[in-house]
Amino acid sequence: MIPAKFDYVKPASVAEAVTALREGGEDAKILAGGQSLLPVLRLRMAAPSVVIDLGGIAELRQIREEGDRIAIGAMVPHHDVMRDDLVKQHLTLLQQATETVADPQVRHRGTLGGALAHADPAGDLGAVALALEAEFVIAGADGTRTVSASDFFVDYFTTAIGEGEILTEMRFPKYTGWKTHYEKFNRVAQAWSMVAIAVALKVDGGSISEARVGLTNMGTTPIRASGVEAALVGQQASADAAKAAAEHVTEGTAAPSDADAAADYREHLARVLTGRAVLAAAG
Amino acid sequence: MAEVRVTVDGVNYADEVEPRMLLVQYLRERLGKTGTVVGCDTSNCGACTVHLNGQSVKSCSVLAVQADGAEVLTIEGLARDGELHPVQKAFNECHGLQCGYCTPGMIMAAVDLLGDNPDPDEHEVREGIEGNLCRCTGYQNIVRSVQRAAQMMKPGASVPTEQPAPVAGD
Amino acid sequence: MTATADSTALEFGKSRTRKEDARLITGRTRYTDSITPSGCLHVAVVRSPLSHAKILSIDTAEAKKAPGVHGVYTLADLGAEAVGMPCAWPITPDQKAPQRPVLAKDAVHFAGEGVAVVVARTLAEAKDAAELVEVDYDPLDPVLDMEAALAEGATLVHPDLGTNESATWVFDSGEAGTGGSVSDAIAAAEADPDQVVVKRRFRQQRLVPAFMEPRSCVVDPTGEQIVIWAATQVPHILRTMTTVTLGVPESKLRVIAPDVGGGFGGKIGVLPEEMMTVLLAQKLRKPVKWTETRSECMLTAHHGRDQIQDITITAKKDGTITGLDVKLLADMGAYLGLVGPGVPVLGAFMFNAIYKVPAYRFSTTNVFTTKTLTDAYRGAGRPEATFGIERIIDELAVELGREPLELREQNWIKHEEFPFTTVCGLTYDSGDYEQATARAKELFDYDGLRREQAERRANGDRVQLGIGISTFTEMCGLAPSRVLGSLAYGAGGWEAASIRMLATGKVEVITGASAHGQGHETAFSQIVADKLGVPFEDVEVLHGDTASSPKGLDTYGSRSLVVGGIAITMAADKVIEKAKKFAAHMLEADVSDIEFNAGQFTVRGTGAGKAIQEIAFAAFMAHDYPEGIEPSLDSDAVYDPENFSFPHGTHLAAMEVDTDTGRVTLRQYVCVDDIGNVVNPLIAEGQVHGGLAQGIAQALFEEANYDDQGTLVNGTFVDYTLPSAADLPSFTTEIVSTPATSNPLGVKGVGEAGTIASTPAIVNGVLDAVRHLGVKDIEMPTTSQRVWRAIQAAQGHSTQETPIDTHSPGAGLGSIDPNNPQGEVQ
Repeated sequence: MIPAKFDYVKPASVAEAVTALREGGEDAKILAGGQSLLPVLRLRMAAPSVVIDLGGIAELRQIREEGDRIAIGAMVPHHDVMRDDLVKQHLTLLQQATETVADPQVRHRGTLGGALAHADPAGDLGAVALALEAEFVIAGADGTRTVSASDFFVDYFTTAIGEGEILTEMRFPKYTGWKTHYEKFNRVAQAWSMVAIAVALKVDGGSISEARVGLTNMGTTPIRASGVEAALVGQQASADAAKAAAEHVTEGTAAPSDADAAADYREHLARVLTGRAVLAAAG
Repeated sequence: MAEVRVTVDGVNYADEVEPRMLLVQYLRERLGKTGTVVGCDTSNCGACTVHLNGQSVKSCSVLAVQADGAEVLTIEGLARDGELHPVQKAFNECHGLQCGYCTPGMIMAAVDLLGDNPDPDEHEVREGIEGNLCRCTGYQNIVRSVQRAAQMMKPGASVPTEQPAPVAGD
Repeated sequence: MTATADSTALEFGKSRTRKEDARLITGRTRYTDSITPSGCLHVAVVRSPLSHAKILSIDTAEAKKAPGVHGVYTLADLGAEAVGMPCAWPITPDQKAPQRPVLAKDAVHFAGEGVAVVVARTLAEAKDAAELVEVDYDPLDPVLDMEAALAEGATLVHPDLGTNESATWVFDSGEAGTGGSVSDAIAAAEADPDQVVVKRRFRQQRLVPAFMEPRSCVVDPTGEQIVIWAATQVPHILRTMTTVTLGVPESKLRVIAPDVGGGFGGKIGVLPEEMMTVLLAQKLRKPVKWTETRSECMLTAHHGRDQIQDITITAKKDGTITGLDVKLLADMGAYLGLVGPGVPVLGAFMFNAIYKVPAYRFSTTNVFTTKTLTDAYRGAGRPEATFGIERIIDELAVELGREPLELREQNWIKHEEFPFTTVCGLTYDSGDYEQATARAKELFDYDGLRREQAERRANGDRVQLGIGISTFTEMCGLAPSRVLGSLAYGAGGWEAASIRMLATGKVEVITGASAHGQGHETAFSQIVADKLGVPFEDVEVLHGDTASSPKGLDTYGSRSLVVGGIAITMAADKVIEKAKKFAAHMLEADVSDIEFNAGQFTVRGTGAGKAIQEIAFAAFMAHDYPEGIEPSLDSDAVYDPENFSFPHGTHLAAMEVDTDTGRVTLRQYVCVDDIGNVVNPLIAEGQVHGGLAQGIAQALFEEANYDDQGTLVNGTFVDYTLPSAADLPSFTTEIVSTPATSNPLGVKGVGEAGTIASTPAIVNGVLDAVRHLGVKDIEMPTTSQRVWRAIQAAQGHSTQETPIDTHSPGAGLGSIDPNNPQGEVQ
C-alpha cells in the first residue's frame, strides 16, 4: 500500500530533469502521469532511490502544429490528447485509441509520453505511434535526438530511451482525412488489451491508396502489420479485401500466451479483428 | 521531507510530508478526511476518487507532493451551504448505494462525468464510471442515480426530489 | 408528543429511501480503518510467497532495529503456539481438522500465510521493517488438484492427519426414509429402455468474494473491556470466538462492527489477524490496528465455491425424473474456515430444488489442498446446488429432445401441492412456480426470442442467440436451531431483538443482525413503525456493537429479515402487551377491553384513548402505574425459526455468442422472484441487482487461478476481472409474492437469490447458443477463449491447451516481466 522511501525532485526544465536523472543514477525513476508507476511502487515491485517528477515542466504539456506534423509533448495527459482539436483533425486514430485507455480518472493523469516510454506491449498507444510513423524526441546530456517509431520499441518495457535520457515529445505526421479505427478486444472494460488493431486508411474513390496497421499485444513490442498494409493497398475497401488482407496479420508476430489467451487464440483474434477494423475504418 | 501547499474542500493547508506519501493517505491520515477510502492497491477500484483541480483522479495513484499548489475536492466538501449536491441526492433517491464503500469515489466520478457530459445516455454513464468498482449494486441503480442527477442539474430544471435527505450532521 | 402515524399509510411495502444513506453519501462514515485511537500502533504481516514449505528459520533482528518498530514477532514470540482458529462445523464426528495457527508454526500451507508480524508507530514503518524479516524456507510439493490429493501416496498438506480428506458427509433419501434409493433408481433406469441416465461433471471454479472494503481490525486494550472494531459480518460470533480462542472472558470483550463495506460471506470468518491483533494489543498495552491491502485480501481472505460435481440424473423417456445422485469434491484449501466444511452441506438439501425427485443421494468429500481456505460466499452451497441441478436439467432436456422449460414444469411442484415435503425431508411452505415463470416469459418475450434464435441458426449468423433458464429455489433464513443441531453446527440459528420506548416517545430498536449494506436500519424501522404506530423517523435501529446489542447471531444466509425481523416483531408485540396494562390503568378500563391500532390504545366501544408515546412517558415518570408490573415498556425477544423459508424465481437470460471470437454478451436478463411479502421494494430490488451481478460474474468473468507451484496468479484487481458498469446491462427484475406461512410477516429473504439463480441461467444460455455447433459444455467462466476453443473442438479443429495459470508479461501489473522486474516504468 505504501511505497518504499525515495527522494523526490521536481525539475522546472528538461535540462534540469536530465541533470537530476544523471545525478540520480541507475535507481532513479521518471514520474510522468504515474498511473503505472505508482501502483508498482505501492506493491513495492520497484524501489527507486529518487523519483523525478516531470510535472513541473510546462513545455512538455503542449500540443503544437509544426508544418506537416503535430508535436505532442510527452506530459500531455490522455484526456487532453483526445480532446485536442489538432488531434481530432489530423490524428483520429490516436484519438480513438486514447479513448479506450483505462478509465476517465487514469486518463486525467496518465500521459502519452509516459505510456509510450513504459512500452507495455499490451498498452494501446504504441501500436498507434508505430502505425502512424511517429518520431520520438529524446533529450539527454548531449542535447536531443530523434528516433523513429520503428526503432523506438525494443523489447518488453524497453525502448530506445537510453540511460540519462528523457522522452520529451512525439511528432506525428498529419493523417488529415484518413479513415481510421482502433479495434480493441479485452476481457472486461477495465482490462488491458488481449489484442487490438490500429488501422488508418487513405481511401480515394472507394479504393485504398495507403494503409497503416499496428498491432497491440501480439509480441514483445507493438508490431507494424506491413503484410496487411501491402495487401490492402490498391484494393477496394470491401469485406473480401479486408478478410484477405487480415490473413497476413500474424506475419512477424510472436503472440504471448497467458490465462486470457494462448498464442493461437490471439493469432485467430488478430485475423478476425483486423478484418473488422479495416471495415470499420473504411466505414 | 517535501512541502505541500494545498487547498482541500476550501481550506488551505501547508504541510511537510514524506515524498512517498500518497494523496489519499495525506487526506485520511493528516487531514482526517476519512470520507475518502481505499479499496485496492492497483488503481482499479476508484473508491479513492477525488477531484484535483477540477478533474477526477484516483488519490491512491497521486503522490501528496504532486498535489502541491492544487485544489482538491473530496466527498466531504461536495455539499455546499448545507445543501447536498444533486448527485448525492440522486444516489439516495435511486438507491445507488448499499454498503457505501465505493460511494464517495462513485459520486466524485459521476460529478466529473456530468461536468463533461451533462446528458449521458445509459451507455455513456456505464463507460464514464468504468473506473469505479462496486460489488453491491450491480451498477443498475448507480446508473439510474447518475441519469437522475443529470435531470436535476439541467438548467432551469425543477425536478422535485422525492424526499430531501439531510446533510451530514444536521 | 409526536404525532401518530396515519393508519392508512402502512410503511410495510413502501419504497422508502434509506435512512443510512445520509452519512454514506457525504463521507461521514466510520469504516474500521478510519478509526485510529490515539497512540495506535500499526501492523504489517510478513507472508509466505510459497504455498507449501518448511520454515527453517526466521530472522527478525534487522527488522527489530528499524525506525519506529515496537516489536517483531513470530508465533513463538507471541507465545501462541497452542492457539488454534475455530471451526464451528464438524460435519462428521471424525472430521479431520488441522490446527490453524495465528501465524505459521513450522511450515506454511498456502501462499500468503502469515509467518511473522511487525508492529510499528506508522504503517509505512511497519511495512519497511517487514521487508527486513528474513525467512528461510525449504519448499515442499504443493497439493493443488483435489483428485490427486485423495490418491494413494499423495503429498499430505497436514502429514499428522494422515490424509488429505477432511470428511465425507452423505445424505441418502432411502436410508433417511424420505425417499427411495438412488442406486436402485439408477439400476432400474439402466435396465429399462424407456428410461435415460444422464451423467455430467461440472466444475465450480474458485472465486474471490471481493467485498470493496478490505478487512481491518483495531483493538484497544486500554479500558476495562478490550474493544475490538472489526470489518466483520459477525461481531457477536467474533466476541464469543475470541473467548473460545484466546480465553479472554466474554464479559471483558466488546466487539464493534462499525460501517462495514460489504461482506457477501467473505467477512463471516474469525481471522488469525484479528486474534493476532488482540494478542499484540494485550502485549503492548496500546491500541493496535491491522488493515490488509487488496493484494493481501485476494491472497488470504477466504475464497468461495471450488467444487467438482459429478451428477447423475435418471428419468423416464416421458420426462419424469426418477432419481438424482450427486457426488461432490469440495476444496477446503489449507485449513477449515469457521463454517467452511458446512458450505457443501448447505447445498445438500437444494440439489432437488423445485422438482419432485423420488430418490436422491448426496455426498461431499471435503479435501485439503495448499491453497487459500474456502468458506461462505454469497449463497454458500446453494449456488453450487442450483447450478448443478439447473445445468443437468438442461442436459436431460437435450437428451430427451424436450423444451427445457416444459421439462421443468413437468417435474416441478405444482402450486396446489404446497406445503410439499421434499426428498430431503424439508417442507416447502409456499410458492408458485407457474406464476413466476409465466410472468418471466412474458417480460422476456420468450417465444419471440426462441423464433429469433431459430432464424439465426437457420441463417448461420455469426452472432448466435441462446436462451438460458434457471428456475431456482433456495433455503433462507438460517436457521432452525434444532436443524443446525442435527447437522452438528456449533451454534443455534435464533436471533435477538430489543425495543426500548424512550421517555420522549422515540423508539430504539436493537437487533442482533449486523448490517453491512443491506439497509437494516430502514427496513426494520418500517416494520416497527407499523407495529407500534409511530413515525418511521422516530425509530432508531442500533446494531453491530455488543455493548448496545449484546445478543445476536449476526448477518448471513438471508436471515436478517426472516429471523431478525421476526424477533423485532415479537419484541414489539411484547411492548404492546405491556402498554395495554398501562393504558387500562390510565383509562380506568379492563385490560381485556383495550384495543390497539396505529399507535392508539383505546377502550373498546368508547372514544377514550392514549397514544403509545403518552404511555411511554407515563412509564418513564412511573408516578402512577398498575400494581404488579414493572414501570417499563421495554421488551426483548429471541426468535428461533421453525422452518427455513424458500424464495424461488424464474430467471431467463438472452445470451449472444460471437462465433468468430467466442465473445459472450448478455443481451437481456429477466427475473421474476417470489420472495414472499416485501418490506421495501426499492431495497429488495437492489439486493436482486447486486446478487445477479455476482452470479453473472461467476458465469462470465471471475476465477482465482493458481499456477503449478500453488501461487495465485491473478491476485489483484488488475487481473481478477471484476465486472465494471461497462460490462453489465440493466436487468429487468420483478417481484411476485406468495407469502411465507412459516413466519408472521410472510417474508422469505432476498439477499442471495440473485446470485444463486443467475449463474446457471447464463451458462445454460451460452450453451444454448452454440449447442447446434456441437458444443456440449464450457467451463466457467465462459471466457471468449473457452467458448472459441469449445466451438473449434466441436468442429474437429485442434487447438492449443488453455494455460490458465500463466502470466503474460503484458497488461498492467502483470506487465512487470518476471525476468526484467526493473523494466522501465513511467
